[in-house]
Amino acid sequence: MVERAEGTRITMNQNSDIKTWYIKNFETFENNLNGESTKPIHQIRREAISNFSKLNFPTNHDEEWRFTSISPILKFNFELGERVDLKTSQIKKYLFKEIKGNILVFVNGYFSPSLSIIKKYSDGIKVGSISEEIKNNSSIINQHLGKYANYREQIFTALSTAFTIDGAFIYIPDNKIIEEPVQVLFITSSFGKKIISQPRNLYVAGKNSQATIIERYVSLDEGVYFSNVVTEIIAGENSKFEHIKLQEESSSSFHISRTEVDQERASNFTSYSISFGGEIARHDINSRFNDEGGECSLNGLYLIRGNQLYDTHSLIDHAKPFCNSHENYKGILDDNSRGVFNGKVIVRRNAQKTNAFQENKNIILSSGALVNTKPQLEIFADDVKCSHGATIGQLNEDSMFYLKSRGIGEEKAKAILIHAFASDVVKTINVEEVKKYLEEILEKRFNK
Amino acid sequence: MLEIKNLHASIEGKEILKGINFKVNAGEVHAIMGPNGSGKSTLAQVLAGRKEYEVTKGEVVFEGKNLLELSPEDRAREGIFLAFQYPVEIPGVSNTNLLKTALNEIRRYRGLEQLDAMEFLTHLKKKTKLVEMDQALLSRAVNDGFSGGEKKRNEILQMAVLEPKLSILDETDSGLDIDALRIVANGVNKLKSHERATVVVTHYQRLLNYIVPDFVHVLYNGKIVKSGGKELAFELEEKGYDWLKEQKELV
Ligand SMILES: Nc1ncnc2c1ncn2[C@@H]1O[C@H](COP(=O)(O)OP(=O)(O)OP(=O)(O)O)[C@@H](O)[C@H]1O
Ligand SMILES: [Mg+2]
Repeated sequence: MVERAEGTRITMNQNSDIKTWYIKNFETFENNLNGESTKPIHQIRREAISNFSKLNFPTNHDEEWRFTSISPILKFNFELGERVDLKTSQIKKYLFKEIKGNILVFVNGYFSPSLSIIKKYSDGIKVGSISEEIKNNSSIINQHLGKYANYREQIFTALSTAFTIDGAFIYIPDNKIIEEPVQVLFITSSFGKKIISQPRNLYVAGKNSQATIIERYVSLDEGVYFSNVVTEIIAGENSKFEHIKLQEESSSSFHISRTEVDQERASNFTSYSISFGGEIARHDINSRFNDEGGECSLNGLYLIRGNQLYDTHSLIDHAKPFCNSHENYKGILDDNSRGVFNGKVIVRRNAQKTNAFQENKNIILSSGALVNTKPQLEIFADDVKCSHGATIGQLNEDSMFYLKSRGIGEEKAKAILIHAFASDVVKTINVEEVKKYLEEILEKRFNK
Repeated sequence: MLEIKNLHASIEGKEILKGINFKVNAGEVHAIMGPNGSGKSTLAQVLAGRKEYEVTKGEVVFEGKNLLELSPEDRAREGIFLAFQYPVEIPGVSNTNLLKTALNEIRRYRGLEQLDAMEFLTHLKKKTKLVEMDQALLSRAVNDGFSGGEKKRNEILQMAVLEPKLSILDETDSGLDIDALRIVANGVNKLKSHERATVVVTHYQRLLNYIVPDFVHVLYNGKIVKSGGKELAFELEEKGYDWLKEQKELV
């Protein structure tokens, strides 16, 4: 793609034109908010749009965006999406029907009560939408929203924050458990319109609480649209929180997403970031240990082809001692796709007895595919155990021949080996339905 | 069943097989012996279709078909099985899954019905018993962390499950303890029939006490320099290969 190759040459014009476009859109957005502009959240929105106007979209000259050119995203004047009514039958296939828990459905970024299933809780658990919480002047929103995701320096986060309108909201009070995984479905139905939707999620898990969230991003049509996602997660003391993100957007869409995790004492946070979709998809996932004894496990699987680009930037901040982090990302790249992995681990000066393990392995199925992988360990404490490894390779020739010599054909042999490669990420997923689904995808993709 | 004529093969420009002539009929057992590096494994791998080896001359006909034109998987489907000298470890792929996929792929090629999970397990159980293999190894990843002997036994299990027409066993006996040797030989013998043939590559006459060959061939420097009956194995055990080398140099 020409745009990608010339990514370093985003003109200032393009940069400022598109900024002007979003700023103008903000005015319309603000005017349509009616009474809401008196709420505290609106001060944050305004601050964010003012930051946005001062910041510049990154180019390949920015270290954090060296291999990912966003100039294709800046080519389009994306408009705010409209509220669309969909039928249950249209979205059924994106839900795991065996999972009987809460279901939150968002269409073009707006909560759809009619498509959602929300259980009634008498013990203070809240599963719902950000828009509803804003309307009700929720103290949790005022306390947490925008406090973790940096909208002062990150332009996409500033953009998201400025346009904060809706997203998933989950609050689990101390000592409570949401038994069944919550399904959060973001579905785009653009009808050929170039729309932007900016899901804004907030998950707050109290002391000793537990929950699993499955977040899924899909679209009804193969359109060009832009999802700009920000998710803030607060894992309270001794909580156990699992976040599974399935990014299956249209292959001509753009998906920029930031997940910020705040980990309190002895909290246990697990993330799976599974990425199949998008022409350009980027996930920034940052977790910070705010107290001792935390566990953080970041897992990823990206399976891309064509001209897709997938970029992971992770940061695990060992700000406190006695914490363990474990990161395992695997990539399978076909055709001319490109992968970027940047895994940063900071072990701060007093963070003794830290264990940090990181691995990024990639399989390249075609000579046109490319991966840039970079582990980045910054260790300032001395009593720590840290390791990292990155590999980029092809399918093992000896294994291929061995399988073929048993009568297994080329495609099937490939599928078996790819499945095996991905399996140590997939098999650790605790939600059986998701595991099965991913295995099916792997199987279908390579087993023609 | 198998006829090899004047087969030349090289790897990275280096000629390893320098004119092999060799014929195997159904029902026969052939042993190939020969010093290290003489080309025994190369021959086995060429027959299985390893593409790193380039066949520069000669022909191989298997059951009336030009073997060299077939892909490795089609050779297996036609009924050739190679027990590797160094079985490959494949983490993440279960032994059972490999066997089931392989068997069904072969059956599909032959126009046979696919075995369902139950039918396959029954078949597998029978064969596992035959090679006296530990059930626990079935659910483990293919050869992953297997001991040397377990890997060899696993090759024989695969052979037993896939029931090939022509089995080529490349030093399946090396690294086996006495009991395992007997078991492996037993597996081979049980499979023996008028329609099947076996080629065993070995360094030791000992195996041939269990798997009695109809013919013994000596491969030396890429050529078969001597063929005989099973007594040739004893002769080699006794005299080594030097006398053959000398003889050859005289020719
Ligand atoms: N990839 C390769 N590159 C270069 N030479 C090779 C390669 N593979 C095999 N050879 C050479 O080919 C020759 C024959 O090897 P082969 O493995 O066929 O011997 P062998 O008869 O099976 O020996 P052994 O009894 O030790 O198993 C050896 O000299 C070996 O070094
Ligand atoms: Mg050998």
